[in-house]
Amino acid sequence: MKKHSEPFWWTLFGAGGAVSALFLPILIFLTGIAFPLGWIEVPSYDLLQKWISIWPARILVFVIVSLSLFHWAHRFRFTLYEGLQLQNYHKIIAIFCYGSAIAVSVYSFYVLI
Amino acid sequence: MSQEKITLEVFRFRPEQEDNPVFQSYEVPLRKDWVVLDALNYIKDYLDGTLSYRWSCRMGVCGSCGMMVNGTPVLTCATFLQKFAPGPIRVEPLSNFPVVRDLVIEMTDFMEKLKKVKPWIIRKDNQEGPEGEFIQTPSQLADYKQYSMCINCMLCYSACPVYGLEPGFTGPAAIALAQRYNMDNRDEGQEQRMELLSTDDGIWQCTFVGECSEVCPKNVDPAGAIQRYKVAGATDWWKSFLMPWAKP
Repeated sequence: MKKHSEPFWWTLFGAGGAVSALFLPILIFLTGIAFPLGWIEVPSYDLLQKWISIWPARILVFVIVSLSLFHWAHRFRFTLYEGLQLQNYHKIIAIFCYGSAIAVSVYSFYVLI
Repeated sequence: MSQEKITLEVFRFRPEQEDNPVFQSYEVPLRKDWVVLDALNYIKDYLDGTLSYRWSCRMGVCGSCGMMVNGTPVLTCATFLQKFAPGPIRVEPLSNFPVVRDLVIEMTDFMEKLKKVKPWIIRKDNQEGPEGEFIQTPSQLADYKQYSMCINCMLCYSACPVYGLEPGFTGPAAIALAQRYNMDNRDEGQEQRMELLSTDDGIWQCTFVGECSEVCPKNVDPAGAIQRYKVAGATDWWKSFLMPWAKP
């Protein structure tokens, strides 16, 4: 089969869609609704620091952040191509979208792990 | 009793007499049991014999009478006038295709794409089954039956914004039909079709807008077929990436 990168990006896009659909609503509910409205007691900074210091939590946060970024990158790339009719700049757009996802993933890897 | 009427604004394009298409209005009887195709036939028979359009079976089987009705691709034989009362109803040729004349579109591109995906049973040995026929269980039939219901009406191409922007895109119906043969247990042509469809003009151009499945009059769900194809394509890709020595 002819080698090209589309299936690779699409796999990350699909995985990112699944991960963000599962976890982001929970995070939005907690940090955006439940904590501000006082439904749930806000965990202290020290407690959060303690949670995030365990390895499985760090890996989970990294996976959520990174895959969600790749999901964004793929979708935004097609939005620019087709929504804004910028097919002529497809190389620059692909580098910008996936490049930012990779850059921020690397940074979050550095911060978390 | 005076008959209720409804106005049809019909797209006209007669290349020998006008450079740009125009809309022409016709008043037709608004009958409860009439579909848009009946109204067009009424125009052709009683009001204006020069109107050109395709139709054949009048019962949603032949796939010839697809047109844009008030901006949506539909089979005109299955779309009742009553739904649009008091009107007017705008009838146009299927979008995303060149127009030959009036409501008749040029479908060569679609026919070429259909042929390209090899929509027939491929056997590696070119042999039929041992008893001269292939045995297939009802559950094996059920695997692909939905995709075999396509009547090639091209409504999905007309609804697909990607096809509108990228004319090279193989498109919903052809990919769904490829999937119909891939999922047939008698077929052994998956690899050949994957070769064709894992290219840039194949499955990867689809951005899962999903309009093809919305407008499909036969509930084929081409969008679903393409997503399943992508999963298969991605699996193949990762296999050949992680195990380059393995045969596909």
